[in-house]
Amino acid sequence: MSLDKEEVRTIAHLARLSVEESRLEPIAAELSRVLEFVDRLNSVDTRDIEPMSNPVSSELVLREDVITETDEREQLQKPAPAVHEGYFTVPRVIE
Amino acid sequence: MSVVGNRELHQLTLTEQSAALSAGEISSVELTRHCLARIDAHDKTLNSVISVGAGAALEAAAVADVSRTEGDSGPLLGVPLVHKDIFCTRALPTTCGSRMLESYTSPFDATVVERLNAAGMVTLGKANMDEFAMGSSNENSFFGGVDNPWRAGTVPGGSSGGSAALVAARLASVATATDTGGSIRQPAAFCGVTGIKPTYGRVSRYGMIAFASSLDQGGVIATTAEDCAQVLQAMSGADPRDATCSADPVPDWLAAMRSVKDLKGLRVGVPEEFFADGLDEAVAIVVRDGLAELESLGATLVSISLPKQSLGISAYYVVAPAEASSNLSRFDGVRFGHRCEDPQDLTDLYQRSRAEGFGSEVQRRILIGAYVLSAGFYDAYYKKAQQVRQVIADEFDEAFASVDVIAGPTTPTVAFNRGAKSDDPVAMYLNDLYTVSANLCGLPALSMPCGFADGMPVGLQLIARAFDEERLLNTAHAFQQATGWHAVIPEATS
Repeated sequence: MSLDKEEVRTIAHLARLSVEESRLEPIAAELSRVLEFVDRLNSVDTRDIEPMSNPVSSELVLREDVITETDEREQLQKPAPAVHEGYFTVPRVIE
Repeated sequence: MSVVGNRELHQLTLTEQSAALSAGEISSVELTRHCLARIDAHDKTLNSVISVGAGAALEAAAVADVSRTEGDSGPLLGVPLVHKDIFCTRALPTTCGSRMLESYTSPFDATVVERLNAAGMVTLGKANMDEFAMGSSNENSFFGGVDNPWRAGTVPGGSSGGSAALVAARLASVATATDTGGSIRQPAAFCGVTGIKPTYGRVSRYGMIAFASSLDQGGVIATTAEDCAQVLQAMSGADPRDATCSADPVPDWLAAMRSVKDLKGLRVGVPEEFFADGLDEAVAIVVRDGLAELESLGATLVSISLPKQSLGISAYYVVAPAEASSNLSRFDGVRFGHRCEDPQDLTDLYQRSRAEGFGSEVQRRILIGAYVLSAGFYDAYYKKAQQVRQVIADEFDEAFASVDVIAGPTTPTVAFNRGAKSDDPVAMYLNDLYTVSANLCGLPALSMPCGFADGMPVGLQLIARAFDEERLLNTAHAFQQATGWHAVIPEATS
């Protein structure tokens, strides 16, 4: 499987990564090489095999529905790049 | 200069440091000062530590010394360590080796940190690592590469390269580490130290910055299996804040290993595929000698075949990037981490913050992940990889019906030169050839030094059934009682 420049542009957008025009081709080549390496998976017959999503049994872990945390908003927002009166701020979205 | 017997403090194992503390031969303040001085003296060249908290460390050491006079006698009380910079700490910044988190300090402690603090351990600082734990050479750190203390200019392995290098150089007797595809075992092998990745679910992942959530597991790097067991014991066990953390009781590993005299009755499976093409010949010879040592201790070597093993690396490079692309979407320049200057709009803010904050390998993996999860490709890649993962797990199950541990090389080669593989991602990924399968299947695995090839350390890997860390630790302990490879200190830092 190989990727072209346009596909890299699409997945870069999906991943919200800006990629310079001049980097699209080299990245396409690198990713194609990785995907080629991954294509060996097709040598295995996996009919009727359940996909393994996690090595442990996925039993649902439940707890009592009680409040265990105190209000730590200020503390938790400390690492944020921009905060205004308890809200995270971003560039204007709605005109 | 403090000495115990005729040895300097850094030449002692954690177990010996602990004994000297409890006998009153040394204080924690003295030991902590000694470690800080070692970091000062050697880390300018090694670059194994990203941040050092000297003041807080000395305070914690003084507290530990007071606790001891008040009757506290825990085995880890007052012993200094370094945490891999992937574990969130309130007291020191947590960068994960990335520009994205260059100025991030976590508002909470990881469970691992909380538990080791509670045991009285003294945090010296945070260890260098490949950015977001993605890499096998520590060359992907935003804070610069780490030198292998065995030979300047060679890599320490990765992603826990800082942890392995600093333990090898005896800047501390122990460091925490994490392993998603070999990130504890590969650097431990390259640096001639002992590292254990426990069973998936043995150690809480709360506060351990996520790379690939179904593969990530915290563990320990130290000079001996006994020291690994000491710290792992305190780190392990159920945590309500991590739903995948096992509620199974944690056995007393130390008691078990101290009663082991030999390896009579142990069946060691040796997969022929682990010695096939791709394995360096000099490494193969040293590993075979290590296996012979296990045999001379009473173990029976059983030749086994794991034909699907070699597919592990292909399955891994679908599953890990897929989970990473999802996990790393949280770094959006809004709630924490790097934000670009003057964003035009919200999309621009996301795209540029992420492009500036993440290094090239992290971006590569995010892109692969986004691709294999995208509409139309999900079944062909992600589902297929998860099915192959099950095939590999079934193969292990079958093997463990007739053997107790599986042994072989940890890595195909010894530590390579800086820059040797950085242009070819696939060549770099092949470092993890023998280690990824244990992550895919959640199995515990350990690497221990078993000799040298071309003057560089070689690691012997042991893999066991899920939740059978005891077997790994006992086997490694018996081996280390009979051999001296783990005790050799690199000359530059002796």
